Amino acid sequence: MTYIPISPAERDAMLKTVGVKSLDDLFEAIPAKHRFPDLNLPPALTEMEAGAHLGDMASSNENVREHLISFLGAGAYHHYIPSVVDHILRRGEFYTAYTPYQPEISQGTLQAIFEYQSLMTNLTGMEVSNASHYDGATATAEAVNLAYAQFRGKRKKIVMSPTVHPQYREVIRTYTQAMGLEEVGDDASNHEVTPEAMISLIDESTMLVVVQYPDFFGRIFDYKKLIDAAHEKGALVCVVANPTALLMLKSPGEMGADIVVGEAQPFGIPLWYGGPYLGFFTTKKSYVHKMAGRLVGETVDARGNRSYVLTLTAREQHIKRERATSNICTNQGLLALGCSVYMSVLGKQGLQEVANLCYQKAHYAAAELSKIDGFGLCHVEPFFHEFVLCCPKPASEVNQYLLDNGILGGYDLGKDYPDMQNHLLVAVTEMNSKDEIDSLVEILKEMK
Amino acid sequence: MNTPSNLKYTKSDEWFDPATGAVGISDYAQSQLSDIVFVEILVDEGEEVTAGKAIASVESVKASSEIYAPAAGKVSAVNKGLSDAPETLNSDPFGAAWMIKIEGGSAGEVMDAAEYEKYCEGRSH
Amino acid sequence: MATVIEPTIFELSSPGRRGVKMPASDVPTTALPPKELLRSELPLPELAEVDVVRHYMKLSSFNYSVDSGFYPLGSCTMKYNPKINEDTCRYPGFLFTHPLQPIETVQGNLALMYEMQEWLMEISGFAGVTLQPAAGAHGEFTGVLMMAAYHKLRGDTKRTKMLIPDAAHGTNPASVGMLGMSVVTIPSDSRGNVDLKALEAACDDTVVGMMLTNPNTLGMFDENIEKVVNMVKDCGGLMYGDGANLNALLGIVRPGDLGFDVMHFNLHKTFAVPHGGGGPGSGPVGVSQRLVDFLPSPLVGIVEEGDEETAPLYGFVTPKNSIGRMKAFHGHFGGGLVRSYTYIAMHGPDGLKDISQYAVLNANYLQARLRDTYKIPYDRICMHEFVMEGRFEGSDIRALDISKRLMDYNFHPPTNYFPLIVHEALMIEPTETENKDTLDRFADALIKIAEEAKTQPDLLHNAPSTTKFGRMDEVKAARELVLCCWLPEGYDLS
Repeated sequence: MTYIPISPAERDAMLKTVGVKSLDDLFEAIPAKHRFPDLNLPPALTEMEAGAHLGDMASSNENVREHLISFLGAGAYHHYIPSVVDHILRRGEFYTAYTPYQPEISQGTLQAIFEYQSLMTNLTGMEVSNASHYDGATATAEAVNLAYAQFRGKRKKIVMSPTVHPQYREVIRTYTQAMGLEEVGDDASNHEVTPEAMISLIDESTMLVVVQYPDFFGRIFDYKKLIDAAHEKGALVCVVANPTALLMLKSPGEMGADIVVGEAQPFGIPLWYGGPYLGFFTTKKSYVHKMAGRLVGETVDARGNRSYVLTLTAREQHIKRERATSNICTNQGLLALGCSVYMSVLGKQGLQEVANLCYQKAHYAAAELSKIDGFGLCHVEPFFHEFVLCCPKPASEVNQYLLDNGILGGYDLGKDYPDMQNHLLVAVTEMNSKDEIDSLVEILKEMK
Repeated sequence: MNTPSNLKYTKSDEWFDPATGAVGISDYAQSQLSDIVFVEILVDEGEEVTAGKAIASVESVKASSEIYAPAAGKVSAVNKGLSDAPETLNSDPFGAAWMIKIEGGSAGEVMDAAEYEKYCEGRSH
Repeated sequence: MATVIEPTIFELSSPGRRGVKMPASDVPTTALPPKELLRSELPLPELAEVDVVRHYMKLSSFNYSVDSGFYPLGSCTMKYNPKINEDTCRYPGFLFTHPLQPIETVQGNLALMYEMQEWLMEISGFAGVTLQPAAGAHGEFTGVLMMAAYHKLRGDTKRTKMLIPDAAHGTNPASVGMLGMSVVTIPSDSRGNVDLKALEAACDDTVVGMMLTNPNTLGMFDENIEKVVNMVKDCGGLMYGDGANLNALLGIVRPGDLGFDVMHFNLHKTFAVPHGGGGPGSGPVGVSQRLVDFLPSPLVGIVEEGDEETAPLYGFVTPKNSIGRMKAFHGHFGGGLVRSYTYIAMHGPDGLKDISQYAVLNANYLQARLRDTYKIPYDRICMHEFVMEGRFEGSDIRALDISKRLMDYNFHPPTNYFPLIVHEALMIEPTETENKDTLDRFADALIKIAEEAKTQPDLLHNAPSTTKFGRMDEVKAARELVLCCWLPEGYDLS
């Protein structure tokens, strides 16, 4: 009866109105032999006990704020979240509301999503943003769905860069396993392929080219030539972008990208052991009807007030059913709000400071690390806040050594790229002080 | 409800002009869909279609519908301007909002105007 | 020009205004990348912290929510979201762990996920559970992928048909459409059950399976459920259960015991994860023994057995014929799993049964109170929700008008126009967390509205009139497609 506000007397009065004698009488439609199973679950805890139990579980983890110095990124980044963000997210008016189907009493959620869409289009340089997807990986898979729908199944080839996040590529393979697509370029042993070299893979049957910016190794490429070449063959290009990097770097929209997606976790969402995060999805206006997901548009109400509604809903599953581009119904509403609050409260200048700190600290770390005997930077291309460190022994051993010294090292690239066993992907953000970077360097110097 | 007598009609509310080969949606269909905001023609010029094949997709504020070929034959023309002005489907369904022209084909199962009017009346309850 | 009640965050911006500042850099300066790689401008708003707080507080005041009132939105299970869950999911140990940390450093997280898998298996009677799917529709897609993979591995390639009742959620056919299968719609009979004759006719060796919501979207538990399951299985099909309505079944019956092969859970409905204005949800999927090898990878498992003194070591395992990964990392851990874990831990077996018993009592009570005023097309004991018609003999009032008028009585409307098989449907799901007084006030309001429909229909046509905003022009929104805003013209971007 933890949260049930009905007294025994009220219950009996209600049963009488319904015309049954007991609660159990309400369930006669259920096959008797399976009715009321005994569930083998632990007995109920009170709030005090549950809080303590969950507290014990949480504190048996080693976390990156209290226990470990972290240089781990690879798709999830430890950034500072201003206090205001969680204060707004804790408003019951936001977090206990449903999808805004009744716009008259959901203008808070609707205007917030409209503003989120606007922040994302301004960041990516695109014309349209939807209300968000589950995460960066599924947003990328939805880009494939868009391209497939756009060509009505007449083009079936995807050109996939091997330096798109390995898990994103895996998710795309899962999503498309029954679509009969051809995927080329996704070869882990060919990870040094340049954008220009990918051009030869694009032909008249290509529906979509997928690249990452900066790529999984942190490298910054200008994709303009690749995009122009894809457009010559009539193909679309999806750029998977890191939003923090976009604060400093040329936007994919400026390079001519057709779809820009990515993981907006760095914008105000805690690491939270991998989720929930926030997949952003932006594109050109001409593809809006093929885009999956919720979309908010501006209008007026009967009293002449500017207001907002879910629009183009006939694209979606509840109306279009099996002909819809995707079955998605929800977005990551609350986290899109968190992202908007993060961007608003840091503002243009605060965000630029975040980007600059990431860039400066990562470059300091890279410079110092590459001075250590046996270590060096693996790539010469410009990078933003993540880079590949070539190590004198397997990255897994380097990481174990660092962990023994209280440091969460980088990402072991050997897991996904067989010839990169000695390669460590190192991420540095504004959360890493110079002292932390210096101690990483010192500890690695002493590694035997 | 407007039902020009020179046209043939299908049960799925397309019209077909045997004289020109033009195809569109009926006045009844546009009023049921209400405000149409998107139309996409799914076939290209020169493509062969069979009667009953989906040739277009239409979305209104509240509904979505596929449009089927009322006749078999070769697509001889596509109304390319229609996707920029989907509201024409509401304002002029039998004129400016023709979708494609089918050449040299034979009509599938179609009704004349009087039969179609009766058919629509039967559905309005 | 339209009246602006609250400007956008872009309109509130003023060049040079500062919010939260970052510390100065503590490392030597490195030159930026070459200019051609940099962006020339960053057109984002500039505000002070107080501007931001007041803006979002103003927006929050435009929302109706469970915390502010009764939200009987059918099929959505808008129950009270306990506040303790908001605390537990923010414990630093959960908040600040990276998804790629070595498993030895996150045994608390993995133990929680392992137990959650076990608990959901026990609650539903399934042999395996994945926590990866991000939402109900995502779980559904996962389930359908597994069904397809099961037949494919057996070489049973002619199976391309999915049977779906006419009352189903739109996500069911849409999930099937994503796999290029075809949908065969099965009608409902006069008692709201699956029409057995139609089902029999559709069952053959081309059937992938059936996707059944039970209780269905009319709020009815299918009285022939065992027959339905057997018919689908006899033709070699798999049985999918849409878990959207699980709030009626906790401790009442286990879908696995009824013979279902796969079902998604909606943690944001049944297990009190807040809906967040449209997400994030969480959609774990349970499967029968036949499908455990097809679950998405990775799952949480025990990689080293423990003994009396040491706890087992939890880690990740990959099922033999896994369909692959459904999203990056491990599912909606913090916002989904921790909240639901807290909720289940605080209920235990008896508390879970209470949830469903009272959810069903509340729905039947409202149905009984409204039966004489509104037509209930499938009128029998319902489960956790019921559907009535929002129309009256000789009146042009429609379900939409009734819904909008309810807002004037400070209630959130029920779900409108769903399921599609009921004219002017109003689908009402009160949940177990409402008291009798609230239910009575809601029933009284609906009875009064029915009276108003006769005597003062304009009150309904023009509703809502007491809310901050009136009815919206949805055609304008779809035709003009203003989907984002920009900084005001002439804004100093330097």
